[in-house]
Amino acid sequence: MTTKLLLGDEALAQGALDAGLSGAYAYPGTPSTEITEYIQRRVQAKSSDVHCRWSTNEKVALEEAIGMSYAGKRAMVSMKHVGLNVAADPFVNAAIAGANGGLLINVADDPSMHSSQNEQDSRLYTDLALVPCVEPSNQQEAYAAPAYAFELSERHNIPVLIRLTTRLSHSRSVVKLGETRDKNKLAPPADPRQYILLPANARGSYLDLIARQPQLLAESEASPFNRYQEGSDKTRGIIASGIAYNYVQEVYDGISPHPLLKISQYPIPISLVRRLFDECDEVILFEEGYPFIEGKLRGLLGDRKNTIHGRLDGTVPRTGELNPGIVAEALGLPQPDGLPQPDILVGRPPALCPGCPHADTYRALNAVMKQYPQGRVFSDIGCYTLGALPPHKAIDTCIEMGASITMAKGASDAGLTPAVAVIGDSTFTHSGMTGLLDCVSENAPVTIIILDNLTVAMTGGQESNATNRLAAICHGLGVSNDHIKTIVPLPKNHDENVAVIAEEVDHQGTSVIIAVRECVQTLRRHARQGGEK
Amino acid sequence: MKKDIILAGVGGQGLLSIAAVIGEAAVKSGLFIKQAEVHGMAQRGGVVQSHVRLSDKPIYSDLIKVGSADLILATEPLEALRYLEFLKGGGMLVTNSAPFKNVDPYPQDAEIEARIKALPHHLLIDAVALAKQAGSVRCANMVVLGAGSPFIGISEDTLRTAIEQVFSGKGTKTIETNLKGFNLGRNGGNRIE
Repeated sequence: MTTKLLLGDEALAQGALDAGLSGAYAYPGTPSTEITEYIQRRVQAKSSDVHCRWSTNEKVALEEAIGMSYAGKRAMVSMKHVGLNVAADPFVNAAIAGANGGLLINVADDPSMHSSQNEQDSRLYTDLALVPCVEPSNQQEAYAAPAYAFELSERHNIPVLIRLTTRLSHSRSVVKLGETRDKNKLAPPADPRQYILLPANARGSYLDLIARQPQLLAESEASPFNRYQEGSDKTRGIIASGIAYNYVQEVYDGISPHPLLKISQYPIPISLVRRLFDECDEVILFEEGYPFIEGKLRGLLGDRKNTIHGRLDGTVPRTGELNPGIVAEALGLPQPDGLPQPDILVGRPPALCPGCPHADTYRALNAVMKQYPQGRVFSDIGCYTLGALPPHKAIDTCIEMGASITMAKGASDAGLTPAVAVIGDSTFTHSGMTGLLDCVSENAPVTIIILDNLTVAMTGGQESNATNRLAAICHGLGVSNDHIKTIVPLPKNHDENVAVIAEEVDHQGTSVIIAVRECVQTLRRHARQGGEK
Repeated sequence: MKKDIILAGVGGQGLLSIAAVIGEAAVKSGLFIKQAEVHGMAQRGGVVQSHVRLSDKPIYSDLIKVGSADLILATEPLEALRYLEFLKGGGMLVTNSAPFKNVDPYPQDAEIEARIKALPHHLLIDAVALAKQAGSVRCANMVVLGAGSPFIGISEDTLRTAIEQVFSGKGTKTIETNLKGFNLGRNGGNRIE
């Protein structure tokens, strides 16, 4: 038997490869990035010609995966939780169109916001789209999930969401590998109307999706991912979903005295939940993320008998990641006291790397913006968001992917000028291009600085689809060549760069400045590999 | 056998390579392992930490409970102190003594040293100096691993084999330097103060 030491992300990727995957689509996003990176490294993927290039954003990635599923092949798309917001349109509609070849949507949530701007719980999206969800609790289950979910997807003609959370995505354990399966043959859908969601077709497909819900529930009730463990002390029952199950097992050393319901497949297995409530006086829930199951149990009218405990009644903290300490405390178990934290500790906030090109661009931008105290700099998601912190303090906003250009335009529409947008190369192609087109349509007085470090840096230096294409894209979208400037952010070019930025900020129309210099991290890596990018 | 180990350091110090070596060695020793680490934003000159759990029985949680770590192994002294609440009574703290000062104000060196020396079981080792002696400052992480190796519960030889494996793609010279660093750390650190 083959075993491997794998991250949860890698275990999922290996499981998909072994289950006959034909295409992996993704946009990088912590904590999901390693799923696709692993596939890109595998000889197994190369030799069987598995598609695994990065897509430009999560929406197009999912649509490409839907196309591969349409062709009859097994496809998956991977993203972080906020990526599913970007891909929400194809996600909800793919549920109505269904799946031909097995279709998986792997979403890694980030409770506690280790590298994210929110801790939204992707299970809520499965309610919206009426699709099943598998939420592995450990690396072995992460390996098993794709084969299982592909079968489920093909059996019920429906996409399946696999939910990971940061701790499982980024924790290693030994995984036993199973059988490998051949890829599907090319086989477009038998019903030519399946993927034509004209209202007349979609109404029927939607009714059919609703009609399949009882079967999906039956799958959950019988799923090997869901398990009812007996316990003799029925004063309390426990529901633990996903990785939270491990923490309950940990604090009871693998033998819970209370009946314990592990939930790792949705829709929520109602009869198992009912059995727990029938057998136990009260129930405590541990869920990584939102109180998703708990909220449904309480319903609109709440818990009048006070038998439900979890994040909503304060038994478990309302926000943030769980850990064995939180679980033990909620269960009233004694815990060792840790040593007190020394009073001399200081934080060590992340910072731009020494020599980072963004730092030089920010120095030049700050020199210009000093002249305009009423002006604002709207920024975006990437390493350069660290420009909000000292010593740069160069940007005023960061909301989500692409919001720099569009917010700058909205603010300038309101009369707030100068409005400057600062966006990374990959973020620009991900979600900035459409906003630039809006600026061009009205010749809005917005200065857009694209920080082109020739990579997706924040997530570890993946290939950027923007590389060598930015000037052509901006020109193609209608920006006048007179107002597409390129600068090289280096200390020796400071005065020259300040002059270029000052001139374009002064320009009463849309202009783009592309600041091009390779990320110091990828530069070092390329130098080590002895090759040129 | 059961060891809960907190690895602590600053992004770029090679903490995850220490984790990879222990991981390889644990697999070779037939142990169960869980090793949780932080990727992403936290890497950029910020704090990096990893929870490593080794046992001869199945391990459930990927995270270590407060007050239950057997060992804190750190590539930076302030980072070693950051996770003190995880250390169990009688636990061991092994750390590089050379500070990495990318924040201002950074606590006084003497203050940090005093907090570490107040612990009943600790080991301060100048990993940077020993790494230079081994041939490259970049192997300071393996010096720290060497110093901590008597407290990990895995044989010295297995750890050395794992180093060879983890660095196998980087050429024989890199492997030799890292092994030398490990040995210097082991010899310089094979005592409990």
